[in-house]
Amino acid sequence: MGMTFAEKIFAKKTGRAAARAGEIVSVRPDVVMTLDADAEIIIRFEELGLPRVWDPARIVCALDHYGPASTRRSADLHRRMRLFAEAQGIERFFEVGEGLTHQIMLERGYALPGMFIVGTDSHTPSYGCVGALSCGVGASDMLSIWATGELWFQVPRSARIVLDGALPPGVFAKDVILEVIRSFTASGCTYMSAEFTGSALADMPMAERFVLCNLSTEMGVKSTWVEVDETTRAFADRHGGAYGIVAPDPDADYAALKRFDVSALAPMLACPHRVDNVHPVAAMAGAPVHQAFLGTCASGRFEDLAVAAKILGGRHAAPGVRLLIAPASRAVLRRAMEAGHAQALIDAGGVFLPPGCGPCAGIHEGLLGQGERCVSTANRNFRGRMGNPDSEIYLGSAATVAASALTGVITDPRPYLA
Amino acid sequence: MSALDGTGGKAFKVGDDVNTDYIISARYLDVYEPEELRAHLFEGLGPERAARAASCTVLVAGRNLGCGSAREQAPNALKGAGYKAVIAASAARIFFRNAINVGLPVICAPDAAEAVNDGETVAVDLAAGTIRTASGATFAFAPFPAPVRRILEAGGMYPLLAELAATAGRDATGTREGASWA
Repeated sequence: MGMTFAEKIFAKKTGRAAARAGEIVSVRPDVVMTLDADAEIIIRFEELGLPRVWDPARIVCALDHYGPASTRRSADLHRRMRLFAEAQGIERFFEVGEGLTHQIMLERGYALPGMFIVGTDSHTPSYGCVGALSCGVGASDMLSIWATGELWFQVPRSARIVLDGALPPGVFAKDVILEVIRSFTASGCTYMSAEFTGSALADMPMAERFVLCNLSTEMGVKSTWVEVDETTRAFADRHGGAYGIVAPDPDADYAALKRFDVSALAPMLACPHRVDNVHPVAAMAGAPVHQAFLGTCASGRFEDLAVAAKILGGRHAAPGVRLLIAPASRAVLRRAMEAGHAQALIDAGGVFLPPGCGPCAGIHEGLLGQGERCVSTANRNFRGRMGNPDSEIYLGSAATVAASALTGVITDPRPYLA
Repeated sequence: MSALDGTGGKAFKVGDDVNTDYIISARYLDVYEPEELRAHLFEGLGPERAARAASCTVLVAGRNLGCGSAREQAPNALKGAGYKAVIAASAARIFFRNAINVGLPVICAPDAAEAVNDGETVAVDLAAGTIRTASGATFAFAPFPAPVRRILEAGGMYPLLAELAATAGRDATGTREGASWA
């Protein structure tokens, strides 16, 4: 019996010929990432009284969840994180406005094929898009890694997800993964590694593959993997680091197998208040929108701003709609400026927020009012997520958000991309 | 008393897919102390249910408890409110790890999670692996894997690491012998 991708990574990381789903192993990650929402790690590390973190060169940290600070307490936590990073020699430390950690991991090439990566954020499984095994943990687990270099893990079972066909115009990876989540449900891949394969991947650039892996968190995955191909190799080679491709065996054992024909897909929306409450955009068309949000680790990339600019360029968002844009990083913002997309979105009434997580988690900016409806490119629509329990969040592609901002009601973007 | 001794209390029962936003809002992500977080436990389920949650000490949940954000503030809020144990049909993996790390045992036992009534008193014997309800029903659950037992016996991840740092010194915390979880 062959091994899945996850089994192979755990075998490799534990120096053995094989690893099997269900085993408990102790692993030293190649790279770890953390962010301001877990500043507790720094406080506890200082309390432990250890002079140095295990390996400052393997730690990536960004101030993304509540930057710039909006409370005295968060401002002080940011200050303590800066001081800690400086004292510990953590060079991969990113200030407020540099971007959200997941985007930085990708665009700086910190996540490469064959790596084992751990992060204190639930959307850490995103790096399966480059062929790495990455999973989320909490603050105390990261404390163990900072202190000892090591942490326990269970080797996950795996689900194989085959994406056949070619994406129709106006349909994106976001629509695909929402359909996959609808099919599996919010708990359908709990503690599993989701392996994506199939002909539809050929048309998906890295940014789109990232969306598949990022949103997979919403069906409970531990980690993800996207079939390695020329797109993966070109990405890895561009960043120049050493990497080793790891791929599953053809006769690996899967706990689940599902096939999807993306050619038949329409633009989809996750409706309140669950990410697996997925319907075609057309079913919700016409519902008034008060806020349209482009951004987050799910969709704040150049490609997202480009498609939004294509729809909104030379036009203006409907009266009564706040169009908020939080680029995933400073590099994304700069590229969008150079390409003219930022100008087009500003002229269309868009308000640029600092690169980072933006209003997604309802912490420090862009909150919703009583009875308001938001159409968003984020990955969570839980009740009250954006600050008000009596508001509604609908999740869709950047094209759907832009088309809805333009008309002021939930809108299928396809006619605007024809 | 070890965390693995008998424990229990009054059950606060919730359904499937109760995410960490509902347990503790992201508004409190700049708060860490369990004693401060407790005031905001289950705000996401509305004021009535939050008030009821505050009077209970065992969380009983359906499938996929603690899905969503990786915030360790969620189990810390439960701990701060005096919760002793969590019984769920199933738990999201990061929530499971975080709860264990703050010394709050999470028992995945679908039959028990279904049988326990809201407000009922539940007794949990972690060493024996049994859950007993006030009405007399008893349920067995599988023992925790070794690293989970080790963390719970120490009272959580932080106390365990503090022990390692104190007994083995700085060097040993960086060695495989001192710290290996396998």
